[in-house]
Amino acid sequence: MTLDQARTLIGQQFATAQIEAAVEGGPVVVTVSPDQWTAFAAFAKQDLRCRFFSFLTAVDWKDAGLELVVRLDNLDDRIGLMMKTKLGPGVSECPSITPIFRGANWMEREAYDMFGIRFAGHPDLRRILLSDDWEGHPLLKSYAVDTPHPPYR
Amino acid sequence: MKPPVPEIPVPVWRNFKDLQEWEQLHQVRPEGDKHSSAFLSITEGIHSFPGGFVVTTAADAFLNWARKSSVWPVTFGLACCAIEMMATFASRFDVERLGMVPWASPRHSDLMIVSGTVNIKMAPMLKRIYEQMPDPKWAVSMGSCANSGGPFRHGYFVVKGVDRVIPVDVYVPGCPPPPESLLNGLLLLQDQISHFRRTGKRAEPNPKVD
Repeated sequence: MTLDQARTLIGQQFATAQIEAAVEGGPVVVTVSPDQWTAFAAFAKQDLRCRFFSFLTAVDWKDAGLELVVRLDNLDDRIGLMMKTKLGPGVSECPSITPIFRGANWMEREAYDMFGIRFAGHPDLRRILLSDDWEGHPLLKSYAVDTPHPPYR
Repeated sequence: MKPPVPEIPVPVWRNFKDLQEWEQLHQVRPEGDKHSSAFLSITEGIHSFPGGFVVTTAADAFLNWARKSSVWPVTFGLACCAIEMMATFASRFDVERLGMVPWASPRHSDLMIVSGTVNIKMAPMLKRIYEQMPDPKWAVSMGSCANSGGPFRHGYFVVKGVDRVIPVDVYVPGCPPPPESLLNGLLLLQDQISHFRRTGKRAEPNPKVD
């Protein structure tokens, strides 16, 4: 499978997905809606054979809401896939892809820790880096950095 | 056929909500160094006795010499400053000639060199190790991060200076401070120790030395 074949396959299966223009040597960048998130992840694993889960993270676009970014790789055919979804303003709910990629478990916990995204269907959604009694989610743009955190700050 | 999955017991610390709760189980000493009141009153009595100051100052000089000649730092490395601290402890700079033996137990140590960034999750552990050290004890804050938070000061996770957790005697600037700087700080600390008065109380801060 080549990059162009992957692009056409995505276009056939997910008509509403937005595929960004190709960059020389870059990955396929696809934006899907949150409803299609798990379906697209399963499609990427089964049909595009992107079995290597690289990372999951989020971006806070302030008024436009949160955006989730996942990088998958097909190491056999050298296809990189960057799948994104925009949760919309004020929304912090997203379906979990941990049942499909086990590597997403801790990444989703980190995204919950830092951005407060509740992943529906995650087996063990707790904080992973910060202590359990931490208030707020520090990588959100609305988080006030210098707020005192007793007793040591 | 898959082998049976062993059941891993829950670690003990899971039962505590946070280490800060554990800290509350232990006694906090806001009064600083502890002295026996009988010992204090006896030394005060000797000092106020006519001519008695000769005895106390001689005892002070002897005890301070003994204290400053065997300051054992606990090996407590947090970040990249610990590399410079190890270099200071190693053969080229050789703090053992000053009587400092890097010791791996806080219960035998007199000095804590806080070398590196202290974050909020680490601060309770740092405080507990400091409280495990016997009196009299000292602390050296090494590097920008331990002094004020350094380049991470505006991060959400950093304690903005280790003096918000434990009392600090000497601040060594630098990022990281080279071994010469730390050695200078340790010599300053020895000067401070030699200014103890009445056999064990800390002297007022001396602008010439501090």
